[in-house]
Amino acid sequence: MAAESAKEFEALEAQAATLLDTFRSAGYERVAPAILQPADVFLDRIGEQIRSRTYVFTDLAGDELCLRPDLTVPVSRLYLERHPDGRDEARYCYNGPAFRFQPEADNRTRPREFRQAGIECFGDNDRESADVEIVLLAVEAVRRAGLKQLALRFGDIAMFYALLDALSLPERWRLKLRHYFWRPPAFHDLLSRLARGERPNGDGPALALAGALSGETQDRAEERVAAYLEESGLPLAGNRTLGEIAARLLDQSADLGAGALRKEVAVVIDSYLAISGPPEKAIERVAKLGKEAGIDLSAPLSTFARRLARLEESGVDLARATFATEFGRNLEYYSGLVFQIESPGFNDAIAGGGRYDGLLADLGAPREVPAIGSAIHTERLLAAVRGKS
Amino acid sequence: MAAKLLIGFPSKGRLKDAAADLFARSSLALLKKGHERRYRGAISGLDDVEVVYASAAEIVDQLKSGRIHLGVTGEDLIRETIGDVDGAVEFLAPLGFGRADVVVAVPDCWIDVVRMADLEDVAAQFAAVHGRRLRVATKYMNLTRRFFASHGVAGYRIVESAGATEATPAAGTAELIVDITTTGTTLRANHLKVLEDGLILRSQAQLFASRAAAWGRDAQRLRAAIAEKLLSSS
Repeated sequence: MAAESAKEFEALEAQAATLLDTFRSAGYERVAPAILQPADVFLDRIGEQIRSRTYVFTDLAGDELCLRPDLTVPVSRLYLERHPDGRDEARYCYNGPAFRFQPEADNRTRPREFRQAGIECFGDNDRESADVEIVLLAVEAVRRAGLKQLALRFGDIAMFYALLDALSLPERWRLKLRHYFWRPPAFHDLLSRLARGERPNGDGPALALAGALSGETQDRAEERVAAYLEESGLPLAGNRTLGEIAARLLDQSADLGAGALRKEVAVVIDSYLAISGPPEKAIERVAKLGKEAGIDLSAPLSTFARRLARLEESGVDLARATFATEFGRNLEYYSGLVFQIESPGFNDAIAGGGRYDGLLADLGAPREVPAIGSAIHTERLLAAVRGKS
Repeated sequence: MAAKLLIGFPSKGRLKDAAADLFARSSLALLKKGHERRYRGAISGLDDVEVVYASAAEIVDQLKSGRIHLGVTGEDLIRETIGDVDGAVEFLAPLGFGRADVVVAVPDCWIDVVRMADLEDVAAQFAAVHGRRLRVATKYMNLTRRFFASHGVAGYRIVESAGATEATPAAGTAELIVDITTTGTTLRANHLKVLEDGLILRSQAQLFASRAAAWGRDAQRLRAAIAEKLLSSS
């Protein structure tokens, strides 16, 4: 078998030179993060779904490593090495290999070893401008590489969070819905369970304890749970704390006493997640939905409208663009604008990106670091430029 | 000489002893060939059968590749190791020994966790408090992934465990485990409890036939004879 990295070597090198030149002209410093990464960092962030496609191994020293499946996390780690306090602004670009298992490894546009070129922007507190900057730069780069026909698809995780914040529902359900957002089928189940008013099931001693905790403070609940564990001969072991166990029992206790999620609220959430279409129309539908539900979504809506206007002013053609409220539910670290660049007649996205303000704190930054980036699948870009799908 | 039917047989441990007993009771007594330590043997009365002694895991590999026709091994290993089980092997006879349940177990101090559905909630809470996913220690990576996915649990990651899996929660290297249990004693001793709907697989030793092996008419005849004898006495 020919080395996968050797296929189309010259053409990909020439294309990468164009992409990197575009990025560097825009003030993005070229970096080359490590290809071998500690597996922990990836598996803790992205979980088993990506793991089943990541090359993970243990080396002779017993360290669990992986071949990077993506470059956003490695570049973020590199930023933190240089700026441990996470205060500085930095703009990086890269081009290099990434590795993912593909069931059909011979597919030309989905190789196991592929090259990602991309940009990441850290620490810019003017989020709106950074969002626009990244989309524009990604579009400019693929255009300069020769892509003539393209369509943009947008989503906005922050808009969904704003919707949840505006709706009247208990905080424990809001947190749950935020978490389940990333697991669409489970999210749907959860929403129908809450709307049906289902209670925690079973009738075990824990549920009896939960019932007895009704109205207790967290401190008092912890004391009672500790006493219960002591009586029952169940030593507290492992990393989950007494506080966490007590907090969940308090949630269950609150659920026992609560009514069902109001049907209108469930309908609003479902309707919101069904909205998809040309951006301006889709935004209008969200606004209308909000108005009918009597909630204020003006902040995220006007942010989105301003971003669109700025993109159009800069010459991005939005005639073929789509905004889908569902879009972006597959990568858990996204927190705001998400987008991808598609090419008509080409199934896989050419490039993707989004805002991930929470990731750097998860990776060890002492504070939240605004971050947004975009990655280009260079093999797909090359195939699309040549007009092969 | 006609091609022989090759049957993979556990080379050590309880599985070997139980399998040898069953074969003897089924008029399929194993004959030693040459030196005790050799890894080939025969079955009394079946001249065209050759016994290949191997570890339970190796038997799975050989069934998959078709280097042996038949094999005695655990269903748990078959389901863990082979992606397309039905395309690779046939289940000829459950053998009634090597019973073990593959289960999801959590610390018994997790009194708020009873069913699989609780795990995703705990994962959400754990991620918020600790900034990372729940870790599941297991050697059954594939069974775990499939089972968790079928229950809509995604907020976890697997840490591979080669041995003493049941000790990992107390040691703090994992939050919960997927492991085999027979009586539950080891789990209880380690202060773990099985989730109500946490049974992944009720496993036992089985006689498997490889779909990849070369099946001539003689081999098919021998296979039918062996399966019938085992089924009538297991």
